Amino acid sequence: MPSSLALDGGGDDWHLRIAGDWSARALAEVQIRLGDLPPSLAGTLTCDWSAAESPGIGPAWALLMRLEAIGGGRVRIQHVSPPRHVVFLEALRDRARTGIPADDAGPNGALARLGRWVLSRGDEAREFASFVGRIVAVLVRAVRRPRSWRLPSLTRHVHETGVTAIPIVCLIAFLISVIVAYLGSQQLRLFGAEIFVVDLIAIAVLREMGVLLTAIIVAGRSGSAFAAEIGAMQLNEEIDALRAMGMDPVELLVVPRILALTIALPLLTVIADATGLLGGGLLAHYQAHISWPQFADRLRAAIAPTTFWAGLIKAPVFAVLIAVVGTYRGMRVRESPRELGRQTTIAVVQSIFFVILADALFAVLFVRLGF
Amino acid sequence: MFDAAETVIRVRGLVNRFAGQVVHDGLEMEVGAREIFGIVGGSGTGKSVLLRTILGLHPPTAGRVELYGREVGAMSRAERSDVVQRFGVTFQNGALIGSLTVAENVQLPLREYRRLARAALDEQSRLCLAMAGLPPDAAGKYPSQLSGGMTKRAALARALALEPELLFLDEPTAGLDPISAAAFDELLLYLHSQLDLTVVMITHDLDTLFRTCGRVGVILDGKMASGTLDRIVENPHPWIQAYFHGPRARASREGRNG
Ligand SMILES: Nc1ncnc2c1ncn2[C@@H]1O[C@H](COP(=O)(O)OP(=O)(O)O)[C@@H](O)[C@H]1O
Ligand SMILES: [Mg+2]
Repeated sequence: MPSSLALDGGGDDWHLRIAGDWSARALAEVQIRLGDLPPSLAGTLTCDWSAAESPGIGPAWALLMRLEAIGGGRVRIQHVSPPRHVVFLEALRDRARTGIPADDAGPNGALARLGRWVLSRGDEAREFASFVGRIVAVLVRAVRRPRSWRLPSLTRHVHETGVTAIPIVCLIAFLISVIVAYLGSQQLRLFGAEIFVVDLIAIAVLREMGVLLTAIIVAGRSGSAFAAEIGAMQLNEEIDALRAMGMDPVELLVVPRILALTIALPLLTVIADATGLLGGGLLAHYQAHISWPQFADRLRAAIAPTTFWAGLIKAPVFAVLIAVVGTYRGMRVRESPRELGRQTTIAVVQSIFFVILADALFAVLFVRLGF
Repeated sequence: MFDAAETVIRVRGLVNRFAGQVVHDGLEMEVGAREIFGIVGGSGTGKSVLLRTILGLHPPTAGRVELYGREVGAMSRAERSDVVQRFGVTFQNGALIGSLTVAENVQLPLREYRRLARAALDEQSRLCLAMAGLPPDAAGKYPSQLSGGMTKRAALARALALEPELLFLDEPTAGLDPISAAAFDELLLYLHSQLDLTVVMITHDLDTLFRTCGRVGVILDGKMASGTLDRIVENPHPWIQAYFHGPRARASREGRNG
């Protein structure tokens, strides 16, 4: 039977008949019935529970709360054949009476928000500077104390960030250079200059694409992994435990990752360069009908001694950027798992941004130097 | 709905194996309505795995688990949803959702199974917090801001949200100071007497065991020896003897008899 509430009486003598399904599962329905009660009452109210079927705790609680709101202290409530827990709930009610305090976050105007934002930027800049400082301090110490190099950790991270990334790096470098070579040869054919597609591939892959693609893939793979691993350790108080045991988390967790990526990213770049040239070469051969000896000749002519190095020299710089941003974001995780997800996202977005920014600066620099 | 003689949980011939390691090997267990049943056993004997199996979170290698006479692994979605609303669980580490406040954690099952307005949700979560003995100002806190004892209570509050008939507690007093642990025992006994609960509790805490449990089941070599505390204590198995008659057990037993 559906739940029902019947209020009758008048003046200061009221009678409330509680009937039907008052179990916990009928809570939503009970709430609706309670909403139908008049907004205020005075006098004596007798609650008759005798027709209520398996009355639950939640519904009984909701009724008590509602009656309290209606009566506002002016009603004397009596229960007739109440379920056992009504007494229990009345005892709890006094303990739960105080509501949830609203948290006071201070003024909230646009100016106040701007001020808080500026301050938080300042704090973050200071925190980041001190993080970089600690990394440098560890590196300086490591020069004199070889144990600080943490070789096992270093090799593990070289494997995880470098070796396991080889397939995806190869695939992407291959496909992208095939695409570039294809588009290039289509355009160059208009001028009858298809042979120059080799120059296009060589310069694009070696100077820019090889290293940039690799850095972006690694930022997505390893930058996020760094942030998530270290962040999860923060949540689990593992970092505090390391500190408490007198170990430096920067030395143990951050520096090995940075060094590992500085080793892995240049190597990956070389592999990406090679597969990129291979992909471009294959397309030139089959699409533009450039024979292999022709290709080799043209390649030798196109590449200046600096071309290869102009790309490769950027790799360690990108590696440091990605690793520092990733580990820093991980160390900033505090308290909640939601923060972990947020910081991981920021790590990837920021490291890709920094990589592209640095690439642009390199381009300007190389032009100035005539590199 | 169920008379006292009714069996709520029935486990028959349970086998659980992980990569060659046999955790349960023909385990039998039965829990009747309205009893407080304690599960004990050394670390790594598979207490938590047993709990997860009963809850249907872990498909057993072999054997049969019944909740309210229905086999756990073979329930339809509707049956499952019905049974889920009849039990509440607290996990060993609390397992509160870290990105939600305590009040929101408690409201989580209510949002899923009842259609309530915001105010009604707040009202119900206040009730659950009060039942679990938490102060009202705990409502707005995040799990990371709670002490160990408050975490256990918040987990209990969430487990109580749907007014379960059956409560599973995994080491509810582990890591609490003796006073908080004793308070938890009293709270549990009180709720048990008020709400007609059936409680299945994993515990290492002898004081809790002697204070609250009617029957206990001891996991030994992948099987369970169960019975009333007085009977189990007399069991000659060396582990049971060491457990119940070790130096730490004496005080607890005296506390109970005295
Ligand atoms: N998902 C799993 N995979 C492999 N082994 C597991 C898994 N879960 C538990 N175990 C193993 O089962 C055994 C019992 O674990 P558990 O039930 O957590 O012990 P406890 O009795 O201390 O609660 C342990 O040896 C554990 O290593
Ligand atoms: Mg366990």
